[in-house]
Amino acid sequence: MNELAIELRGINKSFGPVQANRDISLKVRKGTIHGIIGENGAGKSTLMSILYGFYQADSGEIVVDGKPVHIVDPNGAIAAGIGMVHQHFMLVDNFTVLENVMLGAEDSQILNKGIARAREELKRLERDYALEVDPDAVIEEIPVGLQQRVEILKALYRGADILILDEPTGVLTPPEADHLFRILEQLKTQGKTIIFITHKLREIMAITDEVSVMRQGEIVGTRHTSETSVEELASLMVGRRVLLQVEKDAATPGDVKLSVRNLTAKDSRGVTVVDDVSLDVRAGEIVGIAGVAGNGQSQLLETIAGIRTAVSGEVMLNGRPVDISGKADPGELRTRGLAHVPEDRHHMGLILEFEECESAILGYHGQKQYLNGSFLDAAAIRADAEEKIRKYDIRPANARLKTANFSGGNQQKIVLAREMEQDPDVLIIGQPTRGVDVGAIEFIHKRIIEMRDAGKAVLLVSVELDEIRALSDRILVMFAGRIVGERDGDAAEGELGLLMAGVEEKEAAE
Amino acid sequence: MATPYAKLPGWVDYGLIPLLNLVVAFAVAGLVVLLVGESPFRAAYLLLDGAFGYGEGIGFTLYYATTFIFTGLAVAVAFHCRLFNIGGEGQAYVGGIGVALVCLTFDNILPWYLTFVLATIGAAICGAAWAFIPAYFRATRGSHIVITTIMFNFIASSLMIYLLVEVLKPAGQMSPQTRTFAEGGQLPKLDWLLAIFGLDIGGAPFNFSFLLAIAASIFVWVLIWRTKLGYEIRTMGFSEKAARYAGINEVRIIVIAMLISGALAGMMALNPIMGEQARMQLDFVAGAGFVGIAVALMGRSHPAGIIPAAILFGMLYQGGAEISFEMPQISRDMIVIIQGLVILFAGALENMFRPALSRFFGARAMRTKPVRVGSAG
Repeated sequence: MNELAIELRGINKSFGPVQANRDISLKVRKGTIHGIIGENGAGKSTLMSILYGFYQADSGEIVVDGKPVHIVDPNGAIAAGIGMVHQHFMLVDNFTVLENVMLGAEDSQILNKGIARAREELKRLERDYALEVDPDAVIEEIPVGLQQRVEILKALYRGADILILDEPTGVLTPPEADHLFRILEQLKTQGKTIIFITHKLREIMAITDEVSVMRQGEIVGTRHTSETSVEELASLMVGRRVLLQVEKDAATPGDVKLSVRNLTAKDSRGVTVVDDVSLDVRAGEIVGIAGVAGNGQSQLLETIAGIRTAVSGEVMLNGRPVDISGKADPGELRTRGLAHVPEDRHHMGLILEFEECESAILGYHGQKQYLNGSFLDAAAIRADAEEKIRKYDIRPANARLKTANFSGGNQQKIVLAREMEQDPDVLIIGQPTRGVDVGAIEFIHKRIIEMRDAGKAVLLVSVELDEIRALSDRILVMFAGRIVGERDGDAAEGELGLLMAGVEEKEAAE
Repeated sequence: MATPYAKLPGWVDYGLIPLLNLVVAFAVAGLVVLLVGESPFRAAYLLLDGAFGYGEGIGFTLYYATTFIFTGLAVAVAFHCRLFNIGGEGQAYVGGIGVALVCLTFDNILPWYLTFVLATIGAAICGAAWAFIPAYFRATRGSHIVITTIMFNFIASSLMIYLLVEVLKPAGQMSPQTRTFAEGGQLPKLDWLLAIFGLDIGGAPFNFSFLLAIAASIFVWVLIWRTKLGYEIRTMGFSEKAARYAGINEVRIIVIAMLISGALAGMMALNPIMGEQARMQLDFVAGAGFVGIAVALMGRSHPAGIIPAAILFGMLYQGGAEISFEMPQISRDMIVIIQGLVILFAGALENMFRPALSRFFGARAMRTKPVRVGSAG
């Protein structure tokens, strides 16, 4: 039971300046279900991609069944007995189950023999693991839960002893997920080892034997599932990033500048992502929205900014209603005093292919000071950009440099400078310091506090609980699209962690 | 991971890579000539001499280049909005209606320069109108612009056959074409321009519309890089999400970009109709809309690249005709093969040498410069 199926030693992986995996060591015991949990972007998928041979680690060692292996591609992983079930299925839709299972393992040019063998083998696998699927069904005609079973069969057909499942329940209905869990239990009793990646705490508690928590590219803890709790895992996930505490005085809130009432929004698949949210932000205060990533904070921010369409509800900016039916023009909202620092600065906040000075007017490019009639006033735009570069200490100090050539922190400063220097009444900020180096974090935090002290209403969304606590005067906690609690800025971390984990308000207050 | 390849120095990106592609294209074309049993070197000589060796040749080369500048610019403008306008062919064809109608109406009344202004407007309006429908469906319903513009090429082709056979053909005439325009519907040749360089234009139809093509190039450059509209088109082209964030009206920008693209393609019709034939004939576009795609690709969608690329293709058209005249072994179709090879290497396989060059220059940069560690903040 204590034999190790997989051992990772000191795995490091960087993409440019971003370290996706940092000195990861992990032991997965044979015949167990090992959970890996962490927020989006914590490095789970990168780690598994290294294990499955999609990426090469910069350094470190992979040991499978006690033997060090060098996995250069998925074939190598399969040879080492590792199979993977991807979040997005890798199936050919118009092939049958049988054809999909044998795809890439046909054995010979003439398919007859291979088909007969595959059919035989498939029957055996179905018998052994209770994985019933009609081998002649066409993939696009069977439900998602069955498609996933085919993915598992594919891995087993190739002789996998270790199965990696990447967010397997994301696409499943609850009954399908339950069925999956039964299959995994079955596989475990037959001696297979399973690595189960998710960001849902409930699933970890339900199915795993051990769990490792990842945060910001590191494994921050490994626990026996029976000896841990949802609360402990939640606090490990969200973390206790050491922040330089920002000096700030007590807030002196003024009038309500931004008011949201009963706002409900759905995503493209029709799932409700913002559910009946109401909140007020007053002049001179910072309202922070805490929550584990993916609980509707991003969508709430985008709906308020006029980018996403709401189903129902009301948004008032400076006492005047905002059209939330999708006809709202983010440009018009800007002229009404709303500035927005988006979460996704690469695809929304900036144009990476633009020169810095061009990115620095995105959204404000229609303003008179940047134009000569219909023409861009290149000199004015550049002078304006250079002034902001000085004021916000953006490096390198070159307004003609391509935006992509700035580091994450400097890119974020470009966005902040653009939005803050517009002197807005309401500033909404998503993930102000994601992917930003420590030096810039302090600067950004100071600027946000300065905005508040200048009488701006600031709505802040961050998945970094410490950041929320350091900056906010009031904290709202979002869970599953709803606001599940409101606390003062100095609320205890544990209490907020409980709310973020979806523990009921009453229990949390106890 | 924004760009698949490492950044290359400007002279490599805009100079070396197109040159390399061209050299390979000509090398392969040379092999084809060798297979036919002719000397590739003599063919190359004939090509260059036919295109640039004497005044008339140059006149023809620039006449073809004029056409390709228009269609190249048309593709480029749409490209900046990440729209692949394959419909230059049809838009140019329909643009011809605008030119022809204006000329047929005014050629006996107005002097050429006034007719020219009206014909330019007519060509632009007709070309833009032909681009409007695909643009509108793309903007509001997400219909794929490649599919719809290709369909519109076929519709344009049928429409023009109908018009030329049933409507515009003068009674009692056999060939499907309009009557010949009077002097007010003909553009003057630019013989004086070549005369400055001591060249005699001879019978080449190099005409006034070339100056319009140069003006259009300047217009496109100003539009894309120096106006608010161009800023919005480029934003839209790089990231729809960012455009939405910036409050840019997606429908409006897509439609406008396509209208400008269609108008530029339509203006191409001025060159053969008013500049050469003094009448509208069937199939006067002759594939120039598609050549425009290769020209835009090769010219990196920048007017400063499109003009030389257009001249290159003008050279292939003119010099190619010369080769087939001098070398009977090499038929007209062989010339099409050579042009196709250039399109293949300069257009479709444009990135073939890029990874290797990226590695080469990437490695060189590492050696010569100490790697700069990202500055703080």
